[in-house]
Amino acid sequence: METKIHEEHVEVSHKDDFGAKLGMWLFLATELLLFAGLFTAYFVFRGIYLPFFHEGQKELQPIIGLVNSIVLFIGGLTAVLSISAVRKDKKSHLLLFLTITILTGIVFLFIKAYEYGLKFEHGLFFNMEHFKNLPNGEKIFFSLYFVMTGIHALHVLIGIILFLFILFFAIRNSYNSKNFIQVEIAGLYWCLVDLIWMYLFPLLYLVK
Amino acid sequence: MLDRLLSHEPKPGILGWLLTTDHKRIALLYFWSIITAFILGGIFALLIRLELFFPGKTIVDPDLYNRIFTLHGVIMVFMVIVPAIPAILGNYLIPLMIGARDVAFPKLNLLSYYIYLLGAIIILSSVLFGAVDTGWTFYTPYSIKTGGGVLIALFGVFVIGFSSILTGLNFIVTIHRLRAPGLSWGKLPLFIWASYATSLMNVIATPVIGITLLMLILEKLFGVGFFDPTKGGDPIMFQHFFWFYSHPVVYIMILPAMGIISEIIAVHSRKKIFGYWAMAAAIFGIAFIGFIVWAHHMFTSGMSDVARWIFSFLTFFVAVPTGVKMFNWVATLYKGSIRLTTPMLYAISFLFLFSIGGLTGLWLATISTDVYLHDTYFVVAHFHYVMVGGAITALFGGLFHWFPKITGRMYSEFWGRLSAIFVFIGFNLTFFPQFLLGMQGMPRRYWDYLPEFTLLNQISTIGAFSIALGALISLITLFVYWKKGEKVGDNPWKGATLEWQTSSPPPYYNFKEIPHVEHGPYDFEIFRKKEKEQV
Ligand SMILES: [Cu+2]
Repeated sequence: METKIHEEHVEVSHKDDFGAKLGMWLFLATELLLFAGLFTAYFVFRGIYLPFFHEGQKELQPIIGLVNSIVLFIGGLTAVLSISAVRKDKKSHLLLFLTITILTGIVFLFIKAYEYGLKFEHGLFFNMEHFKNLPNGEKIFFSLYFVMTGIHALHVLIGIILFLFILFFAIRNSYNSKNFIQVEIAGLYWCLVDLIWMYLFPLLYLVK
Repeated sequence: MLDRLLSHEPKPGILGWLLTTDHKRIALLYFWSIITAFILGGIFALLIRLELFFPGKTIVDPDLYNRIFTLHGVIMVFMVIVPAIPAILGNYLIPLMIGARDVAFPKLNLLSYYIYLLGAIIILSSVLFGAVDTGWTFYTPYSIKTGGGVLIALFGVFVIGFSSILTGLNFIVTIHRLRAPGLSWGKLPLFIWASYATSLMNVIATPVIGITLLMLILEKLFGVGFFDPTKGGDPIMFQHFFWFYSHPVVYIMILPAMGIISEIIAVHSRKKIFGYWAMAAAIFGIAFIGFIVWAHHMFTSGMSDVARWIFSFLTFFVAVPTGVKMFNWVATLYKGSIRLTTPMLYAISFLFLFSIGGLTGLWLATISTDVYLHDTYFVVAHFHYVMVGGAITALFGGLFHWFPKITGRMYSEFWGRLSAIFVFIGFNLTFFPQFLLGMQGMPRRYWDYLPEFTLLNQISTIGAFSIALGALISLITLFVYWKKGEKVGDNPWKGATLEWQTSSPPPYYNFKEIPHVEHGPYDFEIFRKKEKEQV
């Protein structure tokens, strides 16, 4: 295709915060559906292997899960607070809340890694000697545990990277009360990560 | 930093293309990539048909044959038909049809293209890592046991899914937010309605195949056992997950095609679409029903009779909105001033082929006949009547219809019509015998067959080469007339939709002033009057 180079310039880009948020909500919907696949698998297998799920649950420490839930919720809270800070043009608050959110994410991952370490010691990871000798129902339970929390942890990691970018731009004064859609979108993402954990934690650690 | 590299305005050279955020240029990037994949998939198809020319070995061994039909399926489904219409024509036309200067997220649009490209390269590179011989359905437990190439192919399909998701959400936001003033929902061209529904389905269904493929990848990498009965898993669950995506995906492939057919039939018969709202509603009816019928692919896989009965019953409902569309197209043609242009010939062959494809779907929806026909060539024929006779035919029709829009030039009507005729005749020669083969009991995917099936298989192979010839003629026609075609002005078809109300090819900003829309997409009368007044 030959394209004529036009002398005049017509501005093509546009700013549409509502559109950006709509796009983000759609993206969050796809994330939920992605996890919905795993939750479906969880419920199907739970129906088949209920007693084995109870056995498997005994190997998990609800207290670690609880601490991690609190850590993640603090992060969620500060993520939301960072949005209201930028709305009021309070840069110092914005930076503080963004940093706390990032830190909670990192703490969460460390605790998760510690927890995985415990499971490794007990040989509960795929293809380890102990794992191979478990009854099928427990195998499935631990498979679900690792896959679901693993994919969730990956989302936490992505959230941390996202917030690092936001922090970087916030330090460079890219955001103010008129222009903060990126902070808002990052906050939405963090809320999704929180929300999914809110289901993962009881389903894996608590439900009898 | 990124903003300085990317440019919406046309920049010269290859970098100008690779770093463009102009939806029209991105559409053409997709065009070249998808056409390349199409040719590749087509070559594999011809190899399949050549092998089946005689019973026993004709050109390749059984192992290689398995790889060839797998690659044909994977390439054609995931790299060609799913993205083709939305990514090429959708990208090019949606902003133009709604009077916008670009999509809602132009940078994301370019990113989607690169994700597509990356996924496509990963899929193709899988052949280097061992046999990919599972068929495009990747059924467990075979896909877990067979070669490592499957792992790479699965990952490629997983990656390409993100391209569909991001394109889908981009289009949804675009259609919601960037419609020109006056362009209410009731004035949207049906292609926009179809693209909207397709995008919605992409957003809803693609994540599910994403997680399914991911589970399968983990199964191959770490030995997770969700789908492996020796570890307590359930292979039937894989089929449920797979078809929860892969049934809707056939509508992801066919709905945009239906959108194109509506545009072509209206413009080339100078008639307002019969039953506009019924047509729009039918699109959503098909999209909705598409999500609740997936298990009709599993009537012989092991399900309770109640489940089979319910899924069979629900599947019949697909025929209702589809029937509405068929009859409305025919009613639109009635007493229209039909021009038998190339796009119109493609549209008419769509009506024929899609009817046959759709009606034979009912045979497969009926449990008792499906048990007999399942996994025979009948299924292959049905599927190709819908996907090739439907989606690919519409794609070619659309490419010819909007060719003067994209290039500002006209193709040769002679060569165009010739291609349509070759494709139509070749198509029926290829796939109609396969219905008969299936009913006589020839199983699909087999490398060998009984001697009594030879004649029908040979007819089928000859037909396949006729399709290839037709496709080749049409592609060459498009390429040659891209440069050599006669200049025909902005609106040679006298279309009433917005994309024709700017110059052809459009400037990078599409519309200098965003138009104000006062009439519907098919109000050719009003449009003609307005034109007269302007003169
Ligand atoms: Cu289906």
